[in-house]
Amino acid sequence: MIEFTLWDIARNLLLAARWTILLSLIAFVGGGLLGFVLLALRVAPLPWLRRAVVLYVELFQGTPLLMQLFLTFFGLPLIGLAVSPWFAAALTLTLYTSAYLVDIWRGCVEAVPRGQWAAGASLGMTFSQQLRYIVWPQARKIAVAPTVGFLVQVVKSTALTSIIGFTELTKTGTMITNAAFRPFPVYGMVALLYFAMCFPLTWYARLLERRHKAAQQR
Amino acid sequence: MTYTFDFSSFGAYAGLLARGAAVTLGLTALATLLGAALGIAGAWASSAGPRAVRVPIAAYVELIRNTPFVVQLFFVFFGLPSLGVHIDEIQAAVLAMTVNLGAYATEIIRAGIASVPRGQVLAGHALGLQQRQIFRHVVLPQALANVFPALVGQVLIVMLGSAVVSQISVPDLTYAASYIQSRNFRSFESYLIITAAYLVLSMLLRQLMNRLGTRLFAGRAPRNDGAAGSTVAGWRARLTSRRSTRALPTESTR
Repeated sequence: MIEFTLWDIARNLLLAARWTILLSLIAFVGGGLLGFVLLALRVAPLPWLRRAVVLYVELFQGTPLLMQLFLTFFGLPLIGLAVSPWFAAALTLTLYTSAYLVDIWRGCVEAVPRGQWAAGASLGMTFSQQLRYIVWPQARKIAVAPTVGFLVQVVKSTALTSIIGFTELTKTGTMITNAAFRPFPVYGMVALLYFAMCFPLTWYARLLERRHKAAQQR
Repeated sequence: MTYTFDFSSFGAYAGLLARGAAVTLGLTALATLLGAALGIAGAWASSAGPRAVRVPIAAYVELIRNTPFVVQLFFVFFGLPSLGVHIDEIQAAVLAMTVNLGAYATEIIRAGIASVPRGQVLAGHALGLQQRQIFRHVVLPQALANVFPALVGQVLIVMLGSAVVSQISVPDLTYAASYIQSRNFRSFESYLIITAAYLVLSMLLRQLMNRLGTRLFAGRAPRNDGAAGSTVAGWRARLTSRRSTRALPTESTR
């Protein structure tokens, strides 16, 4: 049996954490872009489009992420797409992230006074111009803090992709445990690495929120 | 390439699915009760206790909130036995879910306690109530009423997150799906059925708990009154009132 020193374990876990970070970034950027498109549909003056987006959000928020991963992983091959765990993970997390972001941002857009839309309309702006130039810039200020806070959830949710076989931090932890038989230090270190990734985000979100609150009270 | 769905072979597994749903609900119920108790205790200690108590509680809350549930579960199930604590998979699942929910509940209820006006405590003092009575009969009911929606959201997150416990061979709904697809090779169909089951469970649970909430806290939550309804004005009231009191630190966004 190969002996694993604590440094060996830590080094391998650190290397694996790159994939966690990369997957989180893909999910966040992809989810953000898709979320923005969905947001435009969600607040658009077309009832059936709104309802479709509401349904989309309900579906993703009302089912376990693990099931969503399984459905993508086993479902895409049925329509003839050969998927790797990597692709299935990135796609599912992107959709999942977009569903939550559109809900967060919707709240922020609706917090902007209704008169702002009307003012845009009175200037002859189209719906998309009102959203783009008038409402969104104001909503964005409210949206920053909860969005950063949600990033923590994105990072944590990448851990589930280990179950469909994507080799990131958690999966590497499991593999090392199976080889080294030292679950306590290995999972302890995995948890600490996640903490090291998530806590700065939590802290930053809190800072932004405090700043926003201070700016409001002025 | 076309794929024909085949749900015909699932009838034989109805009992298995029902048992899986029962296990998922049972785990959630147990974790909710224990986690809520832990959350109330933690929130009380962190808003009234000495510094020596507040710091460890804050560390616990941050540690849990910034690590994935899967890792917590694996740590409990695989890590604890190497320290000499032997627990089976059900106990490990309940423990991990409780510890997880307890951390979020601590934070949520602490925010609820902070939202109760100071005058309420003073009024309790004026009536000659003891510190403990004030907490139990004056502060806590109002705090819980204020944050009840956030707690419901968190319970649902824990319920959906519990799909992971199938990984340590707890026979829950997800485990049933994996078992069935290993027998009839209809993986997509079985996960589709189970996903629908989770969706129905989460909608039912939300309904049930909201109904329970309105019954338990009738007339106790002044802050939520103005926010009822889905009009734009209602939404703005909800957002501004949340902003003026304090943002609730949950993963749920509603």
